[in-house]
Amino acid sequence: MSKMHLKMTVNGAEVETLAEPRELLIHVLRERLNLTGPHIGCDTSHCGACTVDMNGKSVKACTVVAAQANGASITTIEGLGTPDALHVLQRMFREHHGLQCGFCTPGMITRAWRLLQENPNPTEEEVRFGMSGNLCRCTGYQNIVKSILAAAAEMNAVKEAAE
Amino acid sequence: MNDQSPTRDERIEKLKGLGASRRRVEDVRFTQGKGNYVDDIKMPGMLFGDFVRSPYAHARVVSVNKAAALALPGVVAVLTAEDLAPLGLHWMPTLAGDKQMVLADGKVLFQGQEVAFVVAKDRYTAADAVELIEVEYEDLPVVTDPFKALEPDAPVLREDLAGKTEGAHGHRRHHNHIFTWEMGDEAGTETALSEAEVVAEETVYYHRTHPCPLETCGCVASMDKVNGKLTVWGTFQAPHAVRTVASLISGIAEHNIRIISPDIGGGFGNKVGVYPGYICSIVASIVTGVPVKWVEDRMENLMSTAFARDYWMKGRISATKDGRITALDCHVTADHGAFDACADPTKFPAGFFNICTGSYDIPVAHLTVDGVYTNKAPGGVAYRCSFRVTEAAYFIERMIEVLAIKLGMDAADLRAKNFIRKDQFPYHSALGWEYDSGDYHTAWAKALEAVGYKSLRAEQAARVEAFKRGETRKLIGIGLCHFTEIVGAGPVKNCDILGLGMFDSCEIRIHPTGSAIARLGTISQGQGHATTFAQILASEIGLPADDITIEEGDTDTAPYGLGTYGSRSTPVAGAATAMAGRKIRAKAQMIAAYLLEVHDDDVEWDVDRFTVKGAPERFKTMKEIAFAAYHNAIPGLEPGLEAVSYYDPPNMTYPFGAYICVMEIDVDTGVWEIRQFYALDDCGTRINPMIIEGQVHGGVTEGLAIAMGQELAYDEIGNVKTGTLMDFFIPTAWETPHYITDFTETPSPHHPIGAKGVGESPNVGSVPAFSNAVQDAFRAFGHVHAHMPHDHWRIWTIAEGLGLHA
Ligand code: FES
Ligand code: FES
Repeated sequence: MSKMHLKMTVNGAEVETLAEPRELLIHVLRERLNLTGPHIGCDTSHCGACTVDMNGKSVKACTVVAAQANGASITTIEGLGTPDALHVLQRMFREHHGLQCGFCTPGMITRAWRLLQENPNPTEEEVRFGMSGNLCRCTGYQNIVKSILAAAAEMNAVKEAAE
Repeated sequence: MNDQSPTRDERIEKLKGLGASRRRVEDVRFTQGKGNYVDDIKMPGMLFGDFVRSPYAHARVVSVNKAAALALPGVVAVLTAEDLAPLGLHWMPTLAGDKQMVLADGKVLFQGQEVAFVVAKDRYTAADAVELIEVEYEDLPVVTDPFKALEPDAPVLREDLAGKTEGAHGHRRHHNHIFTWEMGDEAGTETALSEAEVVAEETVYYHRTHPCPLETCGCVASMDKVNGKLTVWGTFQAPHAVRTVASLISGIAEHNIRIISPDIGGGFGNKVGVYPGYICSIVASIVTGVPVKWVEDRMENLMSTAFARDYWMKGRISATKDGRITALDCHVTADHGAFDACADPTKFPAGFFNICTGSYDIPVAHLTVDGVYTNKAPGGVAYRCSFRVTEAAYFIERMIEVLAIKLGMDAADLRAKNFIRKDQFPYHSALGWEYDSGDYHTAWAKALEAVGYKSLRAEQAARVEAFKRGETRKLIGIGLCHFTEIVGAGPVKNCDILGLGMFDSCEIRIHPTGSAIARLGTISQGQGHATTFAQILASEIGLPADDITIEEGDTDTAPYGLGTYGSRSTPVAGAATAMAGRKIRAKAQMIAAYLLEVHDDDVEWDVDRFTVKGAPERFKTMKEIAFAAYHNAIPGLEPGLEAVSYYDPPNMTYPFGAYICVMEIDVDTGVWEIRQFYALDDCGTRINPMIIEGQVHGGVTEGLAIAMGQELAYDEIGNVKTGTLMDFFIPTAWETPHYITDFTETPSPHHPIGAKGVGESPNVGSVPAFSNAVQDAFRAFGHVHAHMPHDHWRIWTIAEGLGLHA
């Protein structure tokens, strides 16, 4: 199948690649751009393991075709923190044991990152509802919720201190 | 360099050993998306494999036409059974002593069965080629019901077994019968039942479900024709067993096969078996000379690899009028699907189902299990449980409730009345186990107290009255469960898989500067082995856990072990780790004595050092000893500090727990809400409380799914009705309640550190608690038993059947 020329901003950098128009964004990211953080758990948009941020919204990258992503600005887990400076969410997931096998984790954290921008001060209920597009088979969610609430608290405290 | 300043407590804390809620070392890379799972592996020239699968549950394969697929640019090969037959690889052995088709050999026996394997330059081309392969089928009558499968005129499913009246587990009495397994005292049980004051009977069905880890199964096979070495990265819960099986069936010498389990995205039993995808990828790599990747999609995962449960359990339990249990009988009809592909130890074709006397002192019992073939996917794996233990726990915990109803007794009292008492351990059960340790009464009392059991019952009774008066449409269910697990398979004398004893192993090397690496035969799938095994070792050898690397999953470097499933890692490999650590310490003692110029017997161990007895200011730390092991020429001692231990456990371990679920049920809609869930676990010595709690949260959530909706459902012609996550229930954060965890600590007397294992207890214990809550809500209206899963419609049906909608 003939390929299209794809231009995107991924984790702040301009990237160009060739891809079949029907190719799923998750495959473009994982296989053409070597960003293997987002995973594939179902490819039917139920599990959220493939969650990335596209133009300021959480999307399931298994449900976006390459052609739709042309020109988009995309953030993946790889764009959130660096080994020397982990994002608060990354630190809090570790601190509160918000992960086990780690397979859902990149999608969870990427979704939580957007959720906390949509609602910087969520209740436990709001976190549970806001995260309900992401499945985890290992943790039972309790510590994921705890991690996200702890991250929100720390982010708010930092913000307050700065003001 | 002696460092005397820190106190003993500070030294203990620095180790982060047993009992510390140490943060996980794995998480640093996982939270950054830097895990390395099978589908992340990319190799030069790598090809992709994909399956043509049968749409029929039972059909003859008349022809397979590959021409159009092979003509598609980018398609490299298409394999069918005919291509594999000359290599003897069109069938493969299962871990249960049966064999399974790798690719359809003349017929298909379940929907989703592998018919042809396409190899192409990328996954899209492979998927296109799958569409181009024309398979002509001739359909055959389908049986999905194990009882119908055993009728005299039922269609013959396994033609390859025609005329064979002896199977891997004894006599076969019908063409669709696999085995009969019998335990206990039939005559004694019948006598007790016939003489009993009260007998309760019930058929309890534990429906078919699936472990469904978030990552599906897959592998990358790479045959290096230059050096003759085959490397396979894959989602393997038991890499060494896979290597041995791969060697036996391929004829490649075992030292030329390297199996690597990279990071695994959850297993829960799904990744123990050997699947056609692995064999086809290996063959394809041998044929093409380049690496071949195969990763199943979610639908393939649910339809073809490793279902769990599907047990029809017909029970009779007897008691005196005042509630002392006198006998238990159980007959199981076990639906194994088209091939017997359980992963149970050889001598246990129904796993450890004979733990079905549970936590109770039952004087006599009898059990028979009939394994049956049907036109459903093969498997029968332990979905986050030790082999068939969750079925057993569900059975006995339902039977206790049914008996309580018959006796008109409170179900909590009935349990307490029949628990094995603390002074009866080690306890010999009527069905052949020796329970190592337990204190059930203490745990039970603690649990009832924690939830406020008495007032809950009062509230429930008041609600029933209010319901009868028409003031509410909601009922309260109180789901009780006291379970006893049996884990840590197991003693080599009675546990093996394909002849491989179920020991496990650990190899430790201490580096000169006082850090270490330990390698094990197990493999983590989220349990956090890299964190917890380092803790066990830290406490044994006195080096900080942070300075100990744990490595698993590479058969070229790890010592032989049987892998991770059945909660066996802590009981078996954890023991091997402690024992290897003790060997290190024994040598370290000699080195310390030499350095301190005293006799070996004159030094003693203290946290992280050997001190001279009576003179604690004279000591050598483990770090100093490590350096000396590589630096000093010590008379009579070899240089270096290493040890290996292969641990053959003397017995299983028997973790237990008390779970209570309080549920609100809407009678008109069947909608349920968990008001409270309390989980008390006793897993012996607790290595890392944070990880234990996490395991419990996860396991209870799996139990919630199974009890309340998760089902691998088939229609009568063998179509899978729940093949996507749209239909196959996995709770989200929204449906999942907040759990309260608690514990008691009764160490295992025979385990080096007293640990029993915990990963699977919450699945075993929570399913009965959820199911009992639903059924208990309707007890006041005469309800006795209904089958799981308790989705809204099925709950509504219970209410409808009781006339509560009138
Ligand atoms: S892989 Fe995209 S939602 Fe599951
Ligand atoms: S940590 Fe394994 S799926 Fe969430």
